[in-house]
Amino acid sequence: MTPDKKAGQESIVGRGSREGARLFREWFQRLSGAAERGEPTAYVFVMGSIAEVLNAFGFNLVFPEISSLQTAVRRVAHEYLTVAEDYGYSPDVCGYVKADVGVQLRNGEHPMGRIPKPTLSILTNACNTYMKWGEIWERWYGNATFALDSPGARSANLHTQPGDQDFENDRKYVEFQLRELITLCEQLTGTQFDIDKLRETMQYTNDMSAAWKRVLELNRSAPAPFNALNEGTVYLGVANALRGKKEGSEFFRDLVEEMEFKSRNRIGTLTEEKYRLTFVGVPCYPIFRRFYDLFAEWGGTFVNSTYLKFASGGLNLGYQYDLNRPLESLAEGTLLSLRHAMDSMFFQNQDLVDEVDEFHVDGIVYHPIKSCRTVSTGLADNRRAVMAARDIATLFIESDMMDKRVVSEAQMKNRIDAFFEGLATRKLHAAAAA
Amino acid sequence: MAYAAGVDVGSTQTKAVIVDEDQRIVGRTIIDTGANVVTAAEKAFQAALKESSIPELEVQYVVGTGYGRYKVTFGNSQVTEISCHARGAVHLFPGTRTVLDMGGQDTKAIRVRPNGEVIDFSMNDKCAAGTGRFLQAAAYALEIPLAELGPTALRAEKAVPITTTCTVFAESEVLSWLGRGKKIDEILLGVHRSIGTRSMALLRRVGIEEEVTFTGGVTRNQGMVEVINQMLGFKVNVSEESHLMGALGAALFALDRIMNSRVPVSAREEVS
Ligand SMILES: Nc1ncnc2c1ncn2[C@@H]1O[C@H](COP(=O)(O)OP(=O)(O)OP(=O)(O)O)[C@@H](O)[C@H]1O
Ligand code: SF4
Ligand SMILES: [Mg+2]
Repeated sequence: MTPDKKAGQESIVGRGSREGARLFREWFQRLSGAAERGEPTAYVFVMGSIAEVLNAFGFNLVFPEISSLQTAVRRVAHEYLTVAEDYGYSPDVCGYVKADVGVQLRNGEHPMGRIPKPTLSILTNACNTYMKWGEIWERWYGNATFALDSPGARSANLHTQPGDQDFENDRKYVEFQLRELITLCEQLTGTQFDIDKLRETMQYTNDMSAAWKRVLELNRSAPAPFNALNEGTVYLGVANALRGKKEGSEFFRDLVEEMEFKSRNRIGTLTEEKYRLTFVGVPCYPIFRRFYDLFAEWGGTFVNSTYLKFASGGLNLGYQYDLNRPLESLAEGTLLSLRHAMDSMFFQNQDLVDEVDEFHVDGIVYHPIKSCRTVSTGLADNRRAVMAARDIATLFIESDMMDKRVVSEAQMKNRIDAFFEGLATRKLHAAAAA
Repeated sequence: MAYAAGVDVGSTQTKAVIVDEDQRIVGRTIIDTGANVVTAAEKAFQAALKESSIPELEVQYVVGTGYGRYKVTFGNSQVTEISCHARGAVHLFPGTRTVLDMGGQDTKAIRVRPNGEVIDFSMNDKCAAGTGRFLQAAAYALEIPLAELGPTALRAEKAVPITTTCTVFAESEVLSWLGRGKKIDEILLGVHRSIGTRSMALLRRVGIEEEVTFTGGVTRNQGMVEVINQMLGFKVNVSEESHLMGALGAALFALDRIMNSRVPVSAREEVS
């Protein structure tokens, strides 16, 4: 390695993970400050945050899903779940909801800081639970609630596209609702809507979209520049928390640079890549590190994950807003990304089959979770469909993204080890046949 | 002559098998795992050695399997029970395409290729419903020996429906039926059917393809074998070695290692 290259490597490689973690901490610190100062705060969800409108009005954004999963990553989720269950929530209610209920009942106290109370909450129909969750805050705080009803295209192969009359009708329906939201924000903040501020934040989102799409594509390289399960999740946090922000746009610009550098110089992740895997579902946050290790020990690298798509607010699509017609285009982008998140739950199998080919995937890991019917219900069919289309090894492990009571590590390890033994035998037989 | 051994440290029982170069079983044991997993592994291995009268030094490679596979401190490597039961089953019954392993705590359905490669597998989740433990709970509640369970169930003409899937509640459900005057054999047939139904669900998950080979300790229960046969509509493969299948598979993997190490280094390949 030339000295030049070595110097480059030292400053660039791993920068995304470091910077991402820093930005994430700072974001939580700002939220703590907002809680103290009682600043206007909007509660939003990763699928359809409509961050651009809220940014234009200067709202602080809380992503309750992210606050909740952070309690699991920091190994205190059970405390919050218990608070909610003691209050009366069933063990079967989505763990994200319960951890948030626990945070609210503890007056915003959170391992990463303090979560401010909502001035406004934005709900979408991407998940039914969002709607019911929003009602909890409304009942407790009497905050304003805005429900965006996004028409989905639920039949396979029946996707209307921009330009189609049906799509245009749906888009107008969304645009009309966005205009209502703007009026509501004007009332809540007492400030007039400034379309140039909207344009500015949309431009940042455009940068982030283009970059995230590129970053995901760069993982086609072998070895893959990043692991979708751990590093990818850090990037995803920034994608949501800093959507439409200058810092977010800069972070992703740098991330593209890092990934291009790694790809060009064939630098992979920390572990030697023996098997290229795809992950379907939500990570196992209660044992986040250990879960990753269970695969890494065998040389399994996640080159891709559906999570990095459906939970990215549609940034994976690379969609570019047209700043000459901001509201029309914001409606179009919102509709496309929400539709992608909702529809892809049911029809992601074709995406997966394509990925197997394009990313040279050796195996697919399905991780349905008890908490979430929205992302888990279709997975058994998805798996069958993918296995019918390609002779590929798959693993189906069920646990939860919040509740460690239903995470059985010994059983999980058993299955994961057996999966890799199968992959090893496959490779051996393939090599013998070649 | 070189020998290889497999030690299957299961949640309930520990099995050890020693094979010779011709893949013949020359030593075998089954003991209760008990509280000390490390000792159980050691004890089972020593007992199998004793039965075979082979000096320990001649056993060149040991593979550990089962939940306690990493507790086989004298083992050279570890392979999961899923791979081992598949390997053992295909070895003894070459027509095997589906394996059903019922142990103390887990029931596993495994679909295999003719060469023994695992295509897919499925296991009961988290709790011991539908496993040997469930049968043990019923035996305890009814105060009859484990070995009598199957024969008693087979005497029944109809079954009492057992609805609970929880091993802890099974005991109280069994007792409540007894209190309501139901006959022991009918209750037991109900217990066996309930377990059978759960196993069928696991089998259907991976896809049932003949021949089906039944493995694990529950194969010693003739009642369970009968119930599975009835539910499948054809007969499963079972043999004297079925309880030892995981340990046998492990021993065969160990033998592979010995044989591979005899090949010139350049051609050597890792098995798992
Ligand atoms: N003589 C017998 N008659 C009837 N059932 C028996 C007999 N011996 C063992 N069993 C059954 O076999 C079970 C133990 O089987 P096995 O040894 O395959 O389990 P294991 O490998 O320890 O468990 P696991 O694979 O779940 O970790 C017991 O729970 C019991 O129900
Ligand atoms: S049910 Fe699923 S999609 Fe809905 S809030 Fe919970 S985790 Fe999110
Ligand atoms: Mg076993």
